[in-house]
Amino acid sequence: MTIDEIRKEFPALSTKVYGKDLVYFDNAATSQRPRSVLEKWNEVSVQSNANIHRAVHYLASQATQAYEQARDCVRDFINASSREEIVFTSGATASVNLVAYSFGEAFISPSDEIIVAQDGHHSNIVPWQLMCLRKGAVLRVIPVDDNGNLELDELAKMLNVRTKLVAVSHVSNVLGIVHPVRKIVDLCHSKGVPVLVDGAQGIVHCKVDVKDLGCDFYVFSGHKMYAAPGTGVLYGKRKWLELLPPFMSGGEMVGTVSFSGTTFAPVPLKFEAGTQNFAGAATFVPAIETVLSFRDGECREREDAIKAYLYDKLLSNNRIHLFGNPRSLEDKIPLFSFVVEGAHHEDLALILDKMGIAVRSGQMCAEPLMERFGVTGMLRVSLAPYNTMEEVEYFVESFERAVRMVI
Amino acid sequence: MKSLKEAEDAIVDEFSMFDEWLDKYELLISLGKNLKPYPEGKRTDENLIKGCQSRVWLDCELKDGCIYMVADSDAIITRGIISLLVDLYSGRTPQEILASDFSVVDRIGLRENLSPTRANGLVSMIDRIREVAAAASVR
Repeated sequence: MTIDEIRKEFPALSTKVYGKDLVYFDNAATSQRPRSVLEKWNEVSVQSNANIHRAVHYLASQATQAYEQARDCVRDFINASSREEIVFTSGATASVNLVAYSFGEAFISPSDEIIVAQDGHHSNIVPWQLMCLRKGAVLRVIPVDDNGNLELDELAKMLNVRTKLVAVSHVSNVLGIVHPVRKIVDLCHSKGVPVLVDGAQGIVHCKVDVKDLGCDFYVFSGHKMYAAPGTGVLYGKRKWLELLPPFMSGGEMVGTVSFSGTTFAPVPLKFEAGTQNFAGAATFVPAIETVLSFRDGECREREDAIKAYLYDKLLSNNRIHLFGNPRSLEDKIPLFSFVVEGAHHEDLALILDKMGIAVRSGQMCAEPLMERFGVTGMLRVSLAPYNTMEEVEYFVESFERAVRMVI
Repeated sequence: MKSLKEAEDAIVDEFSMFDEWLDKYELLISLGKNLKPYPEGKRTDENLIKGCQSRVWLDCELKDGCIYMVADSDAIITRGIISLLVDLYSGRTPQEILASDFSVVDRIGLRENLSPTRANGLVSMIDRIREVAAAASVR
């Protein structure tokens, strides 16, 4: 697909901001959505709006079909063993909370240990902290080195008989570094410890095969991969999902209910209490098609060229300190976080905004990582395959102008 | 000294000369660069107003019935906004400050043109000034 063909499919990209063409470089926060997703969302809302799984009428069966088709599509996309391993949630955050709660209830006793990473998103830190508080467990942290890589030697030293779970990200939302998930999983499994992977960024940029990765849980959001907001997935190995008690309870997730006791529905419905976001979940089908279409050779080559160009531009600017420098650019998604000597990230983001460029500034839901690098915040540029070389060139030029304004 | 109302109107006039937001930012940046240095001894946690993005320090002192302010931020545009607020409200009586509705911030378009998180920081700053004025007026 040519870049023009791609951009035509994303109506939001033609938005004008302050009279200027929008340059959307905050894709790691949320991506824009293609027509196919917007149409599916609308189609289910308009043509088959009925509560799923319950009623026998036509609309209900259409809605249920759209929802369950999406589950099959997600299963296939991440190569899970069965559709029962795919739980729909409201997003990656909800998925982590589900596991942190249910796993905690089932398996955690006082002085047990949970390991998270220093570069974790708050969503993959705070739920574990709360679980540790509830259960009297201890939270331990894998440090990152100066380049932003996880220190796996430290992880190896930390694992012990009290370790009950390790929760890491596939790709850091600040550093853009792709972590060696399979290696981490192998290491943890050699000590009998299960692993949860936060795939919020990874699912967008990396080919994810959960069987190959071997992780016990893999979570992601829809809204960062072109699907509707308020959608998400929890992949869990079936043996774990069967063992975990329910998180939320209510309609849909039950077997039989009586005042003398209630039984629960089989997985995955055991974890899908209440009316689900079925119109949103249905958009996983066109969203996944979009992700896959972006993985063809032409798109990949274009994206890699833009990534390399921007990386060089940032590295060659003496004022810029870039965080997250892997050994090879292949291990980094097109996401760059940095600080600029003498210029506050917030000032630059405000000025760039008025030039039509949307970037992220601040702590990016990773305060512990900001502390690790001794900064109060960073500026983050995150690209999607619909971004163009011209946009990146405009950004570089505008960025230099913004820096001159504030210094 | 101009009345608070007159001073507010003057600032609104000054900003209305610029159509482009970047020009307004240029003005805020130059105000920020010229802000009176903040006394290091007053850079305390108590004086820190936490926002999501930039940090703001505000110190208020009651002297001869008026409130005197010094303030600072690590971000230059915020420093410019601070400079406006300090110019307007420092040296005023608590009653004058309490009588102001702080609508100047809206009238120069700052609230809607800064990101919500930023506007929240601005709101916190204004809240702090009001709190100090309210506490001083009951003394």
